[in-house]
Amino acid sequence: MQSEKRSNSLARQILQSVMDASLVPFLAILTAVIFGGIIIKIVGGDPILSYRGLIEGSFGSTKALSETAVWATPYIFAGLAVALAFKGGLFNIGAEGQLAVGAVVSSLIGYALPEWLGYDIPAIIHLPLAILFGVLMGGVWAGIVGALKAYTGGHEVINTIMMNYIALNTTSFLLNGVMKDRSPTNVIARTPLIADSARIPPLFEGLRIHWGFIFALLVAFFIWWLLTKTTLGFQIRTVGLNPDAAKYAGINVKRIIILTMVLSGMLAGMAGTIEVTGLNYRHELGFSIGYGFDAIAIALLGKSHPLGVVLASFLFAAMRNGATRMQFLTQMPVDLISMIQAFILLFVAADAIIRYIYRIKSKGERVVLTRGWGG
Amino acid sequence: MDWRRFGFIALIIIVLFGTVIMIGQVKQPPLLIITSMLATTIAVATPLALGALSGVYCERAGVVNIGIEGMMLSSAFFGWLGAIYMFHVFGMDIGISITLGVFFAILTGALMALLHAVLSITFKVDQIIGGTVINILAVGLTGFLNRQLFFGAGSVFGGNVPNSPGVLPTIHIPLTEIFTPVCGVSNACLVNLAAINRVFDQKPIAMGAILLVFFSHYVIFNTRWGLRTRAVGEHPKAADTVGIDVIKMRYANVIIGGMFAGLAGAYFTIESVPSFEPLLTNGRGFISLAAMIFGNWTPIGAWAASLVFGASQALLINMQIFRDVIPPQWSFLQESYIVGLTPYILTMFILTGIIGKTTPPAADGVPYEK
Repeated sequence: MQSEKRSNSLARQILQSVMDASLVPFLAILTAVIFGGIIIKIVGGDPILSYRGLIEGSFGSTKALSETAVWATPYIFAGLAVALAFKGGLFNIGAEGQLAVGAVVSSLIGYALPEWLGYDIPAIIHLPLAILFGVLMGGVWAGIVGALKAYTGGHEVINTIMMNYIALNTTSFLLNGVMKDRSPTNVIARTPLIADSARIPPLFEGLRIHWGFIFALLVAFFIWWLLTKTTLGFQIRTVGLNPDAAKYAGINVKRIIILTMVLSGMLAGMAGTIEVTGLNYRHELGFSIGYGFDAIAIALLGKSHPLGVVLASFLFAAMRNGATRMQFLTQMPVDLISMIQAFILLFVAADAIIRYIYRIKSKGERVVLTRGWGG
Repeated sequence: MDWRRFGFIALIIIVLFGTVIMIGQVKQPPLLIITSMLATTIAVATPLALGALSGVYCERAGVVNIGIEGMMLSSAFFGWLGAIYMFHVFGMDIGISITLGVFFAILTGALMALLHAVLSITFKVDQIIGGTVINILAVGLTGFLNRQLFFGAGSVFGGNVPNSPGVLPTIHIPLTEIFTPVCGVSNACLVNLAAINRVFDQKPIAMGAILLVFFSHYVIFNTRWGLRTRAVGEHPKAADTVGIDVIKMRYANVIIGGMFAGLAGAYFTIESVPSFEPLLTNGRGFISLAAMIFGNWTPIGAWAASLVFGASQALLINMQIFRDVIPPQWSFLQESYIVGLTPYILTMFILTGIIGKTTPPAADGVPYEK
C-alpha cells in the first residue's frame, strides 16, 4: 500500500516534470501554427485545408508514416549534433557542412572502394566502412573548429559557418569534377550510385524506411546515456555550464571543447552518411542545404534533451513530408513550412514571449547556451 | 591604429593584385588592370563594409548581431519587391521606383533589427540565438513570399516574375574632363586618365558606403552620441549611473545598425543586379562580421578588412577575363570553387588572432539588468 503510494507520487512527479518541460515548446508550436494560419489567410489560402493536407501527408497512411520516419532519421542525428554542442556550451551552426562532407566521403567509399580494390567486398565490411569514414570526416570537419576555439579563441559560430561554405565549395568542386557521375545521361552534380554492399537494407519491403531509423533512435539513447551517466558527459556539461569552474575542478577544458565538437561533427556526419547509405545511395549537390538551420531549430525545440530532439525531429519531419500534400491540396508553397519553423524557433528561443502571452510563471532558471566573442 | 593589422591587409591586397597583373600583363597594361581591379574591389566590398558597419553600431552598444546575414537577405528581397510593386502595380516612374526600393530595403533592415532589439534587449534572449532566429526567419520569409507573390493563386503578376525597373546608375565623376588639359595631346596620358577615372565612377551605394565609413568613424569616436554608445557597450552600469538611458541607446544603435544592413541588402538587388534569388547573400553577412572583428570594432578598420574580401572576389572575376592567357601552372586560379574559398579561409585565419588580438566591447552580448 505504502510503496504503491510512493511509486504513484514518483510517477506523478515525472509526469509533472515532463509537462513542465514540454509546456513552453508545445505552446510555441501552437502559437507558430496559429501565426502560420493567419499568414495563409492573408495570402488568400485556406488554413484549415492546408493543415489538413499537412497532417494527411505526414500521418495519413502507412506510406506517409514511413516517409515521415525517413525524413526524421537525418533530423535526429543532426539535431543531436547541435544539442550535444549546446550541452558543452558550443553553438554548432556547421551541421550542414559536416553533414555534406560526411555524405561525400561515405559515397566515395560506397562507389569507389570496390573499384580501387578490384573485387567486391561483403556488405558486412563495406557498409560499416562507408558509415565510419563519413562519420569520421564529419568529426574532423567540426574538430578543426573545436581546436581553433580551444587554442586561439576563434569563435565557433563564425568558424562553423565558414566551414559550411568551404564544405559547399569543396563538394561542388568534387561533384562537378572527379567525383561526378559519368553516366551519359547525367547532367547534374552528383556521384555515381554506391555499390549494393554499402547500402542499408530497408525495414519493410516496399517502403523507404530503413534500419538507419532504428539506429538513430539507438544513438539518441546512447547520447542520453553519455550525457547523464558517464564522466565524459558530466565533464561536457560542466564545461558548458561554467568553463572557469570546470577548469578549477581539474577538467581539461580545451580537450573537452575539442572532443565535444568532434562528437557533434560525427553526429552531423552520420546524418549525411545515413542519407547516402540508407536512402539516396549517392550524394547529390544541394541535398544538404537547410539541414543545418533545421537542426538548430530541432535542438532548441527539444531543449537539447535527446528525447526532446527525437520528438522535435518527428514534428519537423512531419511538416516537411506533409508539405507536398498540402501544396497539392491548396497550392500553398512548400516554403510556408520554413516560415512556420522560423516562428516555432522564435517562440522557443524567446520563451519569454510565450510566457508573456500565456501568463506562465518562469521557474527562474536560465540556461546559458552560448557565449560572446571573448571566448 | 594597429599597423600590423593594416600591414597584413595591404600585403594580401598586393599579393592578390600582383597575381592578376602577372597573368594579365600580356593582354593589358598593368595600370589598366590595377584600376579595373580597384573598381571591382570597391564595388564588391560595399555590402561587406556596410554589413560590418551594422555590426560596429550594434556591438559598440553591447548587442551581438549575428543576424546581419538575415537582415541583408530580407532587405534585398523587400527592397527589390518594393521597386517592382511601385513600378508595375502603382505605375510609378523608373527612378522613383528604384529610389523607393532602396528606402524599403533600409526600412526592412530597421524592422528586422527592431525584432532583434526586442528579443535581445527587452526579452534578454541569448543574442546569438536571437540572431540565428533572424537568419532563419529571413530565409523562410523571403523563400515563401518569393514563390507565393509571383506564382501563388491570385497573384497580381500571374505566375511570372516581372522585370525589376532596373538598377541604380553609375555616377560619373568628371576627372577626365577636368584633367584633360594637363595631358595636352599625349594619347597615353588620356588613356591612363580614363582608366583612373573608372575607379571613381561607382554607383551611389558604393560611393555612399565609403562616405558612411568615415562618417561612422567620426560619429563613434568624436561625438557625444558615439561616446554614449561606447559607454553603454563597455560598462552599462557606469553609463546608467551618469544618467545615460542604456536601453534606449541600445535600441537606437541596433536599429541604426539594421538600417546599414538594409542598405547592404539594397546593394544586391537594386545596385548590383536587378533580380532576387533565394539565399543570394551567400554568407556575406557573416563575412562582414569577420571584417568587423578584424577591424577591431572600428569602422575604418572594418572597411579595410572588407577590401581584402573584395580583392579576392576581384581576382576571381579577372581570372575569367584573362582565362585565355593563364599559364598552365596557374590554371587552378580559374577554379572558382577553389579560389572562392579565399574569403572563408581568410576569415578563419583572421579569427585566430595571429595577426593581432582584437578586443570586443566589454559588455558585448550581455543583457543589461538594472
